[in-house]
Amino acid sequence: MNVILEIMLASQGWYGLATAQSKIFNSPTNIFEPAATPAHSIFGLSMLVFGITGAIFIVVAGLLLYALIRYRSPATGGENFQEPPQIYGSNQIELSWTVIPILLVVILFLATARVVYSTEHAQRPSEALNVSVIGHQFWWEYRYPKLGIVTANEVHIPVSGPRDHMPTYLTMSSADTDHSFWVPRLSGKTDVIPNKVNEMWFDPEAAGIYLGQCAEYCGTSHAKMLIRVYADSPQAFSAWVANQQKPAVEDPSVKEGRDVFEHNACINCHTIRGTVATGRFGPDLTHLASRDTILSGSVPNTAINLHNFIQNPEYLKPGVLMPEMHLNDHDLDAVTAYLGTLK
Amino acid sequence: MATQTPITEVVDLTAPKPPKHLWLEVAHDWVTTVDHKKIGLMYMGFALFFLLVAGFQVLLIRIQLFVPNNDFVSPEVFNRLFTMHGTTMVFFVGMPLLFGLGNYLVPLMIGARDMAFPRLNAFSFWISAFGGILLYFSYIGSDGLYGAGSAPNVGWFAYAPLTSPAFSRGNSTDYWIIALLLTGIGTIGTSLNIVATTISMRCPGMKMSRLPLLVWLYLVTAFMVFIAVGPLTAAQIMLLFDRFLGSHFFDTQAGGSAVLWMHFFWIFGHPEVYILVLPAFGFANEIIPVFSRKAIFGYPAMVAATVGIGFISMSVWAHHMFTVGMGANANTFFVLATMAIAVPTGIKIFNWLATLWGGQIRFTVAMMFAIGFLFQFLIAGLTGIMLSSAPFDWQVHNTYFVVAHFHYVLVGAILFMIFSAFYYWYPKMSGRMLSERLGKWHFWLFLIGFHLTFDFMHIPGLLGMPRRIYTYEADRGWMIWNMIVSTGAFVQAVGVTIFVYNLIHSYFKGEIAGADPWDAWTLEWTTTSPPPAYNFAKIPSVGSRRPLWDLKHPEDPDSNYEFNDSTADEESYR
Amino acid sequence: MSTSAVIPNEPSGDWQLPSKGIVGMVCLIIAEAAIFIIFVVAYIFYLGKSATGPIPRDVLELPIVTTICLLSSSFTVHAAVSALRHNNRKMCSIWLAATVLLGSIFLAGTAHEWYHLIYARGLTIRTNLFGTTFYSLVGLHASHVIIGLLMLSIALWFSLRGEMGEEHSEKLEVLSLYWHFVDAVWVIVFSVVYVFGR
Repeated sequence: MNVILEIMLASQGWYGLATAQSKIFNSPTNIFEPAATPAHSIFGLSMLVFGITGAIFIVVAGLLLYALIRYRSPATGGENFQEPPQIYGSNQIELSWTVIPILLVVILFLATARVVYSTEHAQRPSEALNVSVIGHQFWWEYRYPKLGIVTANEVHIPVSGPRDHMPTYLTMSSADTDHSFWVPRLSGKTDVIPNKVNEMWFDPEAAGIYLGQCAEYCGTSHAKMLIRVYADSPQAFSAWVANQQKPAVEDPSVKEGRDVFEHNACINCHTIRGTVATGRFGPDLTHLASRDTILSGSVPNTAINLHNFIQNPEYLKPGVLMPEMHLNDHDLDAVTAYLGTLK
Repeated sequence: MATQTPITEVVDLTAPKPPKHLWLEVAHDWVTTVDHKKIGLMYMGFALFFLLVAGFQVLLIRIQLFVPNNDFVSPEVFNRLFTMHGTTMVFFVGMPLLFGLGNYLVPLMIGARDMAFPRLNAFSFWISAFGGILLYFSYIGSDGLYGAGSAPNVGWFAYAPLTSPAFSRGNSTDYWIIALLLTGIGTIGTSLNIVATTISMRCPGMKMSRLPLLVWLYLVTAFMVFIAVGPLTAAQIMLLFDRFLGSHFFDTQAGGSAVLWMHFFWIFGHPEVYILVLPAFGFANEIIPVFSRKAIFGYPAMVAATVGIGFISMSVWAHHMFTVGMGANANTFFVLATMAIAVPTGIKIFNWLATLWGGQIRFTVAMMFAIGFLFQFLIAGLTGIMLSSAPFDWQVHNTYFVVAHFHYVLVGAILFMIFSAFYYWYPKMSGRMLSERLGKWHFWLFLIGFHLTFDFMHIPGLLGMPRRIYTYEADRGWMIWNMIVSTGAFVQAVGVTIFVYNLIHSYFKGEIAGADPWDAWTLEWTTTSPPPAYNFAKIPSVGSRRPLWDLKHPEDPDSNYEFNDSTADEESYR
Repeated sequence: MSTSAVIPNEPSGDWQLPSKGIVGMVCLIIAEAAIFIIFVVAYIFYLGKSATGPIPRDVLELPIVTTICLLSSSFTVHAAVSALRHNNRKMCSIWLAATVLLGSIFLAGTAHEWYHLIYARGLTIRTNLFGTTFYSLVGLHASHVIIGLLMLSIALWFSLRGEMGEEHSEKLEVLSLYWHFVDAVWVIVFSVVYVFGR
């Protein structure tokens, strides 16, 4: 055991221990803290299911425990051991423990069917926001067809108040392997599958950031394919939309970096609107600097992280499709500075 | 041990052969054997070896997940580890262990001298074993020897299109496909043998209504294998065509469907769970009555429930696909089918409970594992009902809640029952008792480790932790749970080590068992331990479900109470 | 002390159990049927989903003659089994030879069809989803025909050498079951691929 402990001590992550102790069930992805209608109805159903199965457990486990204690063989059996009376069965008892489970199954089934239909066949309001989600190895592309916005990894949606119901509908497909879109506090997960279009919806009731991650194994960096949903107040959302609709910022002080970007293979995969970069394999970088994180939510959007990622993409995101560009230090700094201005 | 019934010396009529000495002779004997007992033992030895291998893999996985952002293993290595762990445990541990025990026990319990097709039996074992070796050869061979090799990394259900040539380069996936194809052929061969043996090789008087329940369960399992493994084989052939001939079954770029693979895989994959669990039920049906000193309660209901589970389990596969977007109608259908399976399963649990009720329960290690099985299978079934509620599954599908649920089934129910079977039948197979003292250590350590690991594993799932992630973020609040889970894994490893030591130690030093150490009732206990190559010198004949009970209690034989017997009316069935 | 293991209740009458060969073959047929069902499902699922041509209607022709040959071979193999049961070895050889001949005609027909499709119509397993599912379904069936023909040829060989007698009729019946299964599968394949799917 000591060897193993040493290995573990040597690795990172111990700093979390003290804080984890104080907030033991606290998690930004707890399915029991619903914040949107689909998650709420699942939560309600879960409570019913937990209640029924819990009651069954207490009854059956109690009977088992009682039988084990009551009918244990006396320690000293020995010579005068008598076989207990042999009972081969009883149709009445058999029938009763067939019928009672059937009734419970019917109850659970009806409750489940209700939530299935109310979620999957929910009435779609005409003003609902539509976002296309495209899963990639290992990042998310978000397109707002009516607003003309393309962005990546951080999806902004309006909060849905009690009076102005404003759900968001996601139309989802994949560009490569199977993924699954899951933000536990908003809704259950829906798989993102190539050659198939799936839909899901949610209506966050409070502004804030809702976290999640890809829930279908999709390749090497599946673990780093995180999801960030920003539920904005109507004003904040409008402001965000207005900014995203603009072409990229043109800052003359980083012209050198822009030249590096435009004269390298970057433009084959990335789009920066207003420049020659129109690639579609990688995330749209037009407003890269307006995002809080890079690499599908796995690291903060800082100059250092950006610099390190461009220098050696494999290090921060194993299995990433972006190749190493072999830029010299000067060009690397220049392109990092340029990307940092794309508010 | 308990009362020894003097029935064996008349059975073994031939003098034992002189022992073989040259190890080459011994090896030759094992490699060329067609004896169902030796093949069964080889199945079990092969499976125990892979149990240790896949167990070691999971210890590496648990070290990696002990803390967030760990880099104990690289993502590539981690992805291979969980793929190999799952594939190995299902195909090269679970199936061969259960088929090994079945191979050993079915002919003995129905009073036959061997399986119906002994050479097919040997072929099935060797081709399955070859499949297992091929899977592990991928570590060396899949990129060519100089490429340092790479094991499959597509997950044990290998969803398309991750397995297509575009996303899975090299040959690791090909090794996975061919290994499973070969073991599938072996599985079908053995199942065919079990059915033919059960139907055509029963000793006189062994009507279908008198089959030991274990044999019934193996019979249903074997039929499920035909219907379930066929689709897997078909899907693997299609995938091979995709990878080698350029066909487009699962090629999403050319209009192929990723969802079709999911359907095909789970049409195999869900019955597979029942294929694994039904034999475990079979062990429980033999072991629980013997140590409760009572006949099984409701034999006909147990058979009916088994057949019911077999049928319903064929129509529940898409409960693995509630999140795929099948639409509300399909989802509701599979909810209903899945929930319906709870009814026959419940009947089984209640019948075991009723068997215990009014008995004189003896807490041997075999019985302790069987009791552990009862509680854990109850919990596994109940979390299964939770998961069958599709909306709840939308949340916890592909999370550690599901991982905990199916490990509760595979470890808490099946592996516990396999351990129980080992403690129960080891004396028959080796002629010596397993040490009860070591067995108790094994039981308690494994029980504690099991509950540490798999009870607490449900929680990170509820807190949003998906499966198959090589690391996780520190701010998600999953660390403490993963630490407990990992600790439990090591406690279990200690328990298994004691078990392996017990197996080896008792083989040389264990107490001599005699023919019938447990005072049991089925035919395998009428012959010597270990049985001679021909099992029974004289083919026995039976008059009831518990022939040895009749022999030991001639004043009150079972045949007086059998429902299906023409002489017994319904009243005396009570 | 009895001289047998267990006999408080000796059963009376004969103890007859089904033939293990037939039980085994039925099991094999169930497993094989499951494989075929999956291929048929894939064929039906991908009907009309090909991104490019050719489509079945353009290139497939009804294989009437070969189908008649294959289906009638079921009768000939049955006749061979009943001939053997009556220990009529000569007729058995003749019927077996007829079966092998009819099966070979079918196989030759498939080979000719494939040759035509590949070289005249340019349809291969890579071309589109139709090619993928067509060749794998028909090919899977044809591979079963080949296996059946090999086994029948071995039986014919033994029969011609006079080494097969009445006592082998059950074994030949097991083989004939397999051959009936191959024929029955063809009925499904024929209706799905050439009738409904065209």
